Amino acid sequence: MSERAVLIIRRGTPGGAQREESWDVPFEPGQSVLDGLRWIRSHQDPTLAIRYSCTNANTCKECMVRLDGKTVYACTARLHPGTMRIEPLPNKALVRDLVTELAPRDERLSS
Amino acid sequence: MTLPSHLTADVLVIGAGGAGMYAAIEAARAGRSVILADRSLIGRGGATVMAQMTVAVALEEQGLDHWENHYADTLTAGRGLCDPALAQLLCELGPARIREMDAWGVGWARENGEYKRAFAPGHDRPRCVYVDFLNTGPAVSRTLRARLNRTPEIRRIGELLVSELTVRDGECIGATALHVPTGAPVSIAAGATIVATGGLTHMYRRNSASLNMSGDGYALALAAGAELVDMEFVQFFPIGHLAPRLIGMDPIMWDPFRYKLGGRLLNGLREEFIHDYGSEDDGKYVVTRDLATYAIEKEVAAGRGSPHGGAYLSFEHCSEAELRAAGGPVIDRLAANGIDLTKQAVEVAPIAHYHMGGVRVDAKMATSVPGLYAAGEAVGGANGANRLSGNAITEALVFGCQAGASAAEHAARGRVRADVMTFDAARRRITEGVTTRGFNPAALIEAVQSTMQDDVGPFRTESSLRRALDTLGALRKELPGLKPAAGTAFDGALVDWYDLATMTRVGTCVASAALARNESRGAHQREDFPGLDAQWGVNQIIALAGDTLHLERQAVPS
Ligand SMILES: Cc1cc2nc3c(=O)[nH]c(=O)nc-3n(C[C@H](O)[C@H](O)[C@H](O)COP(=O)(O)OP(=O)(O)OC[C@H]3O[C@@H](n4cnc5c(N)ncnc54)[C@H](O)[C@@H]3O)c2cc1C
Ligand code: FES
Repeated sequence: MSERAVLIIRRGTPGGAQREESWDVPFEPGQSVLDGLRWIRSHQDPTLAIRYSCTNANTCKECMVRLDGKTVYACTARLHPGTMRIEPLPNKALVRDLVTELAPRDERLSS
Repeated sequence: MTLPSHLTADVLVIGAGGAGMYAAIEAARAGRSVILADRSLIGRGGATVMAQMTVAVALEEQGLDHWENHYADTLTAGRGLCDPALAQLLCELGPARIREMDAWGVGWARENGEYKRAFAPGHDRPRCVYVDFLNTGPAVSRTLRARLNRTPEIRRIGELLVSELTVRDGECIGATALHVPTGAPVSIAAGATIVATGGLTHMYRRNSASLNMSGDGYALALAAGAELVDMEFVQFFPIGHLAPRLIGMDPIMWDPFRYKLGGRLLNGLREEFIHDYGSEDDGKYVVTRDLATYAIEKEVAAGRGSPHGGAYLSFEHCSEAELRAAGGPVIDRLAANGIDLTKQAVEVAPIAHYHMGGVRVDAKMATSVPGLYAAGEAVGGANGANRLSGNAITEALVFGCQAGASAAEHAARGRVRADVMTFDAARRRITEGVTTRGFNPAALIEAVQSTMQDDVGPFRTESSLRRALDTLGALRKELPGLKPAAGTAFDGALVDWYDLATMTRVGTCVASAALARNESRGAHQREDFPGLDAQWGVNQIIALAGDTLHLERQAVPS
């Protein structure tokens, strides 16, 4: 763990208050933003809501978030030293924290 | 918007991988209404979408193969433990499923109109169809999803984590699930239920798994009264990617490179070592998976591992042109990761990849509990002590199809569906729990993964297995008092708690069966009992009585 990134993460629920939290995350060069988010969950705050399945393969396409204003897959975007701002997708309904509603309408309970 | 809290269908399919999607399609073809539920998004959460290449199938029309050849190879690989009826089903009905997938537009690679077939170790001839290189899983998943979408009898519901099956008067009558986005309980009454939840490799620290592969189906079926078989047989893939951190590719990616270019396996001192363990590596890829795994683990234990605790895999002797020809676009993805194979070796190590064991079923995919069926990797027995490359996707499709037909038939016989009150207790078990959270379940999952890797991994001893059983047992005792109350939207900690409950139960099954089996066979290797013992040519069956696991030896079915 030779470097550190500061992840500023937007959290909250739909209609509820939104807040920004800042986490200091150690990493090895080459690690992904998802690695950093998972590190926060297992070392600092397991209540942080993130969505992902395949972790490495980039096949599930579930881990989309907004990183410094651009839509990325958290599992293929890389951590870098300095500050990185992570937010839920702006064009999808918010579920909680970084999780948004990605399922097609007819694949949801509410359909 | 109010969400439904109780649903009804003729057939409930749990898990939307290859097996579950095929099962849903088949049950709908038989005229039944189907609910297809997945803890993740439909068709995206499991192993199927991640599969890279091989689909083993003996296509007879070209006169080049016969299912009996495939069957013979499958039995040989299984080291005497395959259930012959299940292995036969896989091999005999595989071609029909592969052709049906072709008709549905999966796009198997072709040459001059014929299916292209790749050779994979353990098969006696080229037998594996595939979609491009590395695109088999996504294509299979996409094709089945497209079929689902135009089948109105199938209701697809993602983000439903099934937490228990309900049994009344000895029969499975449905299941209860946590709706992850809202934290609400949802019960589903069904005439027949199919467990198609995939495998358990996420229980290990080093794995090729997705987040949703912690063995849920084994725990669900066991708790409902079904039996498990061959739980000790977890397949490790010896050269999973370890370092440097590589993103956008699954860690099993090095296999195709080794097939084409050989490559050299080196220890931390950058010396060749495979020959010290009685095999040749010699720049060719002939060493078997179990031996490579053994040799790498031994070098690491002797202090001769690579910096991250594995071995080096080197292609530094290959030219850029050779590498490009072998890897195609993967070379660019490596470059994006800062990796130039002509200049550096990568680090590799054994990773958990597939589970041969699972729910015990007959050739109709029926468990011992009426109304409960299983399919895909969730099923044990077809592959015995070791699985051939390519058999898993075929297994998922064939067994899914069979389970769908059987469940539809069962559901048609009894049309009364249980009412919502039947599921009250199960729904309460989801909702109840503590609101103060003094523990980190995500950290505990990593701890369990380390226990499984280090003590129930590729090489086992009596003392390591006993240590694992103690650790898992102690954690399992604490879990009931830690259960978070449900009700929070997308509560990862609650999902982690369910995974911990499953992993401690299923891990105990794997370790108990591994401890009892005093020999080494296929994927089960005991350091204190090297070598195969003919007396152990039996299956081990696990069942639950109250909260106690019962392990029993039974002759392999003939
Ligand atoms: C990286 C990788 C590469 C592979 N490559 C190959 C290959 O080339 N050839 C080959 O033959 N095999 C390969 N395999 C193995 C093969 O992919 C799997 O064995 C097969 O896809 C399993 O299909 P399945 O439908 O049984 O399970 P899966 O596809 O794993 O689907 C199971 C589904 O069940 C869901 N689920 C789990 N628990 C619950 C629950 N409690 N409630 C609701 N839903 C739940 C999961 O979210 C998942 O979507 C590979 C596996 C991996 C991981
Ligand atoms: S975690 Fe699957 S695509 Fe990112």
